[in-house]
Amino acid sequence: MVPLWWYISLGVVLFVIGAAGVLLRRNILVVLMSLELLLNSVNINFIAFGRHYDDFRGQIFAIFVIAITAAEVAVALGILVALVRNKPTLKVDDVTMMKG
Amino acid sequence: MGQGFFLLFATVSVITALTVVVARNPVHSALALMACFLQISAVFVLLEAPLLAVIQIFVYVGAIMVLFLFVIMMIDVREAVLQRFLPGGNLPALALLVVLGVEMLVLVLWSDRFSVAEPVALRGGDEIRELSTTLFADYLLPFEVASVILLAALVGAIVLARKESG
Repeated sequence: MVPLWWYISLGVVLFVIGAAGVLLRRNILVVLMSLELLLNSVNINFIAFGRHYDDFRGQIFAIFVIAITAAEVAVALGILVALVRNKPTLKVDDVTMMKG
Repeated sequence: MGQGFFLLFATVSVITALTVVVARNPVHSALALMACFLQISAVFVLLEAPLLAVIQIFVYVGAIMVLFLFVIMMIDVREAVLQRFLPGGNLPALALLVVLGVEMLVLVLWSDRFSVAEPVALRGGDEIRELSTTLFADYLLPFEVASVILLAALVGAIVLARKESG
């Protein structure tokens, strides 16, 4: 039987790696993929706690997180395609025209 | 036996997640992300959530990765491949990440509530039936709201990706 804190620790490690991708990388595509990683680590925690306390709400909230992630990726990639068409760059620092 | 499988899946998923962040080519990042999602779905199977494992494979590996690879093929990534990734480029963010990770790990390892091996309660019987009953009876309104959000995202993505703004 796998103890609960192994799952929690796996979630922590994946969350930190995803946050590193969001904060340190300058490539928009890799930043979006790291966001997926963040949401997945949260899902691991939801399902681990849900099984530990014998509660279905962990799995149900994981399903909702997956649905919201799908919507987020579709909109983000649409924005990315529109952005690259106007300004052919993939660096986050170069995309400052939307401020103000 | 479950522990060995868990260690295998966890190790591979952490390695592939690091590959996602470190790889120079976004295509390599996308493929590593797909491998990582497969490992996470295996972890879901270990957690006795087979429905979530199947949803994970369908949605992430089937839909989202195809979307990512399609967009990577649509836009030009040659300039992005040339620039190197330096982890020391942003020192405050790096320090923040180290503090965050150490803090969470210390808090999890310090507490003795997470160290019990057996689950507090073991459910028995028809899990997926009970799960779907809970989902469609008690959580019907959030479910419908999620479907409306998906429809709005669909329409929004089509409008955003159209050729001329109008």
